[in-house]
Amino acid sequence: MQLAPTAFLRDWAFGPLAFGMLVGLVMFFAAAGLIMGVRAWAGTEPVAFGPVVLGAYWFGLAGWLLGIGVWSKWAKEWLGLPVDRTMKTGWQRYFDFTTDHKVIGVQYLVTFLSMFLLAGVLAMLMRIEHMSGDQVLFSPAQYNYVMSLHGITMVFVAVAAVIGGFGNYAVPILIGAKDMAYPRLNALSFWLAAAVPVLLAATFFAGGFDAGWTAYAPLSTENSDGQVLFNLAFITLGLSSIAGSINFIVTVIKLRAHGMGFDRLPIFVWAVFAMSLLGFFFTQYIAAAMLMTLLDRVFGMAFFDFTEGGDPLLYQHIFWFYSHPAVYIMGVPGLALALEVISHFSRKPLFAYRWVVGGILGITALSAIVWAHHMFTAGLSTAELFFFITTTEVISIPTGLIFLGALGTIWRGRLWLRTPMLFALAVVFNFLIGGLTGIFLADVFTDIHLQDTFFVVAHFHYTIVGAGIFGLFAGIYYWFPKITGRTYSEHLAQLHFWWTFLSFNLTFLPMFWLGLNGMNRRIAVYPEELEFLNLLVSLGGFSLGASFLVFLYNILKSWIRGPVAEADPWRARTLEWQTSSPPPVENFTEAPRVVSGPYDYGSPSTAHAVFGASTNPDGAG
Amino acid sequence: MSTSTYTAHDSHAINSMGLWLFIVSETALFSAFIFARYYLTGTDQPSELNIGLGYAITAVLLSSSLLAYGAERRIAKGDRRGFLWLTLGTIVLGALFLVGVGLEWREAAHAFAPPDLFGVVFFSLTGLHATHMVTGLIALCFVWLVGWRGGFGATDHWGVTGVVRYWHFVDAVWLTVFPTLYLV
Ligand code: HEM
Ligand SMILES: [Cu+2]
Repeated sequence: MQLAPTAFLRDWAFGPLAFGMLVGLVMFFAAAGLIMGVRAWAGTEPVAFGPVVLGAYWFGLAGWLLGIGVWSKWAKEWLGLPVDRTMKTGWQRYFDFTTDHKVIGVQYLVTFLSMFLLAGVLAMLMRIEHMSGDQVLFSPAQYNYVMSLHGITMVFVAVAAVIGGFGNYAVPILIGAKDMAYPRLNALSFWLAAAVPVLLAATFFAGGFDAGWTAYAPLSTENSDGQVLFNLAFITLGLSSIAGSINFIVTVIKLRAHGMGFDRLPIFVWAVFAMSLLGFFFTQYIAAAMLMTLLDRVFGMAFFDFTEGGDPLLYQHIFWFYSHPAVYIMGVPGLALALEVISHFSRKPLFAYRWVVGGILGITALSAIVWAHHMFTAGLSTAELFFFITTTEVISIPTGLIFLGALGTIWRGRLWLRTPMLFALAVVFNFLIGGLTGIFLADVFTDIHLQDTFFVVAHFHYTIVGAGIFGLFAGIYYWFPKITGRTYSEHLAQLHFWWTFLSFNLTFLPMFWLGLNGMNRRIAVYPEELEFLNLLVSLGGFSLGASFLVFLYNILKSWIRGPVAEADPWRARTLEWQTSSPPPVENFTEAPRVVSGPYDYGSPSTAHAVFGASTNPDGAG
Repeated sequence: MSTSTYTAHDSHAINSMGLWLFIVSETALFSAFIFARYYLTGTDQPSELNIGLGYAITAVLLSSSLLAYGAERRIAKGDRRGFLWLTLGTIVLGALFLVGVGLEWREAAHAFAPPDLFGVVFFSLTGLHATHMVTGLIALCFVWLVGWRGGFGATDHWGVTGVVRYWHFVDAVWLTVFPTLYLV
């Protein structure tokens, strides 16, 4: 059974990619034809976007995955056929069904950073629109599409960039493993996620979508066809997240090196582990919400249709049952990455390590019972309001623990203010603002005023961008030498930091006042008296956008011809720095054995790990 | 605390854990639809619901799980013939169950077609379950095929164990879906 022309797949750099697209397109159109045929035969109008695309998509997706390598490198095995075990080398690995977790990490990073920059351009367009209270660039409908596309793209970036990128790249090395527990499933997760930007781009040709990233029914059951693609994109990313989460959970439980007890896990590993516990379970609820919407839209069901007795609030419950945990998935990995960097760059053990771990596990558990704080104005009963205020306020306690861990580590540390550390400190600053403003939203009395205003927009940008994305950049500057084996310009990096940090605050701080003064979310035109604050926000936004040009220039140039990096440029203790830059395939040349905590900078004579079976377990590093 | 080393780990335990996690995850998906059933329709039931047929297909599905259990036991003992026959039996009963669901759907499409609210939850719950059945059947066919070509043995049959466990899970889901729709 020869599905793939093997030599072509193996030898041409873009062979797998091209073949995946080809098989995907063929299967998509074949299935679409079949569905239309069946519809014609059954006497219904054959061409209908919803049913045809909804059905054919899964065949296209399967074809894409099989073509790019699932068939030749994996599925053949299920039939007892020999699989292709060749691995491309150099840059070609990034365009193949490669199972090396470091390659997959970089694939995620590059893909989602690109999406980040594109969605940033959309944000610039929105800020042009908001430079004046009147209509400038877009009709209200067009504005809503741009806003929705910006929102969902950024949400996907926040969900997948840090966990998919650095989770994959760093977690196996940090725990002393060769790879993830299921390397092929890992590659599958990435190539599934790769379908997501394609779907989002395709919405442009299907009338767009205008229901925001939250896609509330009933609007999302009756707007333009692009909404179907949005729902499919969310489900697809969900499948990828579920597979990835299971992979992380098993990896952390099963593949830790000798001596790497749970009490010695780097805090970033803890965060990825805890967020995977959320991801593998709760992501099914977004799949359910998206599926019910599609059933209503395409198959004439009525989950959310109140004219038939359905209930739009059901959508909100299921949506937020996932999406509240998801906002932690977006924020906490970046926060933990900042803690990681802060400990290494303060040359101090992470303060109250056990309490911080407890804090992470605490918000993981509590995040399951706070979702309806997003629905305070949707008509909940007093008892429900009371319950959800209480749980939401309680979640401040574990959040505070994580925060104290950061402050306690900085306190009297010998701070080494290199770029990763600057970004990490900014995470702490931004997250303080984001977290404190959350408290006003958690109180029904204040939230009734603030719901659906720019106050909420500012709050979640401070948490998700301020912590999650700033954490992503802390990670990029921290691990860049490890990943590429090269060094970036520290001057340009610091320029990028200050430019981004100041512009970020100039952009989002005024939004709190805009919200307080009644500026609603998701509107193209607004009252004239809000123009001044909006102008500030717009100018801050343009500056923020421009600051990433410095980043791009620095990173691209250094990746190609930066000075060669050492194995451990930061003199940090954790395992990734105890191997070459970049690390070899399977990470270490000798098996590591962990002999002390990751942050024990107080006792410089001990190493975190020793290598090779013959080494004295207590030996100095 | 016991930890795996850098070099050696038990691949069976690793695969098994992943499958359990996947099963727990799928439970969440079904729970959303079951929640929707109670949220939207309480415990209402149309009188046209064919409970007899419901019991019948439940019995068929339970027997298929028994056969699947037997199939796994046989391959673990190295009895390939027995394994193949029992797997085939599982597939046949699984398919029979789907036929039963089809009959059920034909009646339901007349009595309470969506957007009737009970129809909405009935068709989506049974449909979601049937999709999982189809996946399980395809996997069982693969297992049968590999076994027929001489794959799997007494010590190496994770493929069988995994698929059979999934099959039991889909069965267990039905044992929740059935009372949710028919009995409450
Ligand atoms: C990692 C930290 C956090 C992240 C990533 C985060 C993210 C978000 C996001 C994305 C939204 C808006 C969703 C939308 O409507 O589009 C939001 C709203 C909200 N957040 Fe947070 N948040 C965090 C921390 C907190 C904290 C600590 C609190 C409470 C003490 C809080 C309370 C709220 C409330 C009550 C809302 C609903 C506001 C409304 O829609 O009226 N958040 N958050
Ligand atoms: Cu929330």
